[in-house]
Amino acid sequence: MTTLTATHSPSRWWQSRVLRRFLSHRLALLGLLMITLLTLACVVGPYLLPYDSLYIDLRARFAPPFASDHYLGTDPLGRDIAARLFMAGRISLLVGFFAMVLSIFVGTLVGVIAGYRGGWISAVLMRTVDGFLSYPTIFLLLALAAALKPSPVMITIIIAVTSWMEVARIVEAEVRSLKEREFVLAGRMLGLGRSHIMFREILPNAMGPIIVAATLTVARAILLEAYISFLGFGIQPPLPSWGNMLNGAQQYLASAPWLAIIPGIAITIAVSSFNFIGDGLRDALDVRNDTV
Amino acid sequence: MPAFLLKRFAQSIVLLVIVSIIGFVVLNLIPGGPLAQFALDPGMTEADKARLAEQLGLNRPLLVQYFDWAWRLLQGDWGISFRDGNPVLTVIGRHLFATFLLMGSSTVIAIAIGTWIGIRGATHRYSTFDYAATVGAMVALSIPTFWFGLIGIYVFSLKLGWLPAGNMYSIGDGSVLDYLHHLIMPSVVLALVHIAVWSRYMRTATLDAISQEFVKTARAKGVTERRVLMKHVVGNALLPMITLAGVQLPSILTGALVTETVFTWPGMGRLFLDSLGYSDYPVVMGLLMFSAILTIAGNLVADIVVALVDPRIRLA
Repeated sequence: MTTLTATHSPSRWWQSRVLRRFLSHRLALLGLLMITLLTLACVVGPYLLPYDSLYIDLRARFAPPFASDHYLGTDPLGRDIAARLFMAGRISLLVGFFAMVLSIFVGTLVGVIAGYRGGWISAVLMRTVDGFLSYPTIFLLLALAAALKPSPVMITIIIAVTSWMEVARIVEAEVRSLKEREFVLAGRMLGLGRSHIMFREILPNAMGPIIVAATLTVARAILLEAYISFLGFGIQPPLPSWGNMLNGAQQYLASAPWLAIIPGIAITIAVSSFNFIGDGLRDALDVRNDTV
Repeated sequence: MPAFLLKRFAQSIVLLVIVSIIGFVVLNLIPGGPLAQFALDPGMTEADKARLAEQLGLNRPLLVQYFDWAWRLLQGDWGISFRDGNPVLTVIGRHLFATFLLMGSSTVIAIAIGTWIGIRGATHRYSTFDYAATVGAMVALSIPTFWFGLIGIYVFSLKLGWLPAGNMYSIGDGSVLDYLHHLIMPSVVLALVHIAVWSRYMRTATLDAISQEFVKTARAKGVTERRVLMKHVVGNALLPMITLAGVQLPSILTGALVTETVFTWPGMGRLFLDSLGYSDYPVVMGLLMFSAILTIAGNLVADIVVALVDPRIRLA
């Protein structure tokens, strides 16, 4: 028979099991480091660089990276790529983050209601979720982007419209299983209202999967923004975004490959850091690994 | 079994109805609505547009319009393309082969490589290979498909000159070899993300299968490890993969659109983008509905195949 090891009961949040497990996940820490550095670069970078992201200098067009004081080279209009990269990063990261906030909000609402109420409400809501999921994301995104005005706010909203379904699915499954627990039964016996049970009792216990879904949603949102901006339907120039920096890059691939390589690396770093963090959070919050 | 089939089929019908409602909403969100093509025409007066609206029945309540539109879809009347006046279904049909070729070949590549990586990762758990595969999968999921395609074009077409940079075939040479030559890069680029997804799911499924009791029995019987793997484990691990293939369909279509753009592949994705650019909304809507119907059909087929192959579902 296995003996149970008594683990130290945390009295401070930084001593909690979850945090310790997360910190032992090397990949997640790497992701955290990468995204912190990237965010810092995007926030502070434009102030530290010698050139402005909007300054057009036709004499310095197509300068290759690492060769001049345009650290990452220049684009076809002579604008400094490093400055553009960081300004674009601000927009891409902000769009990704707020799209996540919106889709988490909608997805959690739908998921909690569908999971707790069950019956035909759940059936209608979840079938609608399935309906949305039957459309290839980018088809829906592009159709909506072409139909509505492509401002950054609008882009955030339509990315959220195409991302809330996964969250709703996860939350609905979690709430459905939590519904059967004793504390819910106790709540009902105490006469607590339905909304109170749904949002003040069940929801806080479902936060684990929601947080994991949130990080993965940011990753996906950044990627989706890059896709539609690359195709010309997302963030419109002169506003820079990592995606639309790649838009004009294909025609110059032979002469100026850094135009295509550099923004792509930025996107990959950002998205993979969120994926690593999400993976680490998932392992840290996984209840099955608990001994107590 | 027939009861299961009927229930599953009914579910698909319900899903189709919901999908059509969503599609109808999107159709009406487009500025100018179904009269969008005339919105910028200076020769059209307001009176003309009003008359057209009356003729096309756009003044009727939305519910009536929806049922009319849905009924026409069912009959095969998907509208006429604004661009060349051909029926939308004909236009879509012309681009079907290219997209299916791309999707099919990349799925084959993804399944072949992903399955191998997943099984190897599961049998050599926590080895260097496993860690590399896990990290590699996560990074592969983070790489934008179009960027990977651009890098591929740069390395293999511009620097090495091994592979063509786009199109389905070279003009003047339509041989099978030429088609294959053009197919290689787009398929691999499209397959990247799916290799990652498949390998991760395959690893989990294989681990689940290995931990089953019947594997212990087989080993106790003295069956060689390789035979245990091939005969007992892989078969059972592949079962959830069939369902996964169905679920991945919209994702493959998304990737296909982006890949077709980068490689100027004449498929449905490119058609979608071009039609958006031309404001050819009938084709846009047609493709939207087509892809959704394809996904629902694909999931239905996947579920039926799983039911046929897995006795546990049939007899439940």
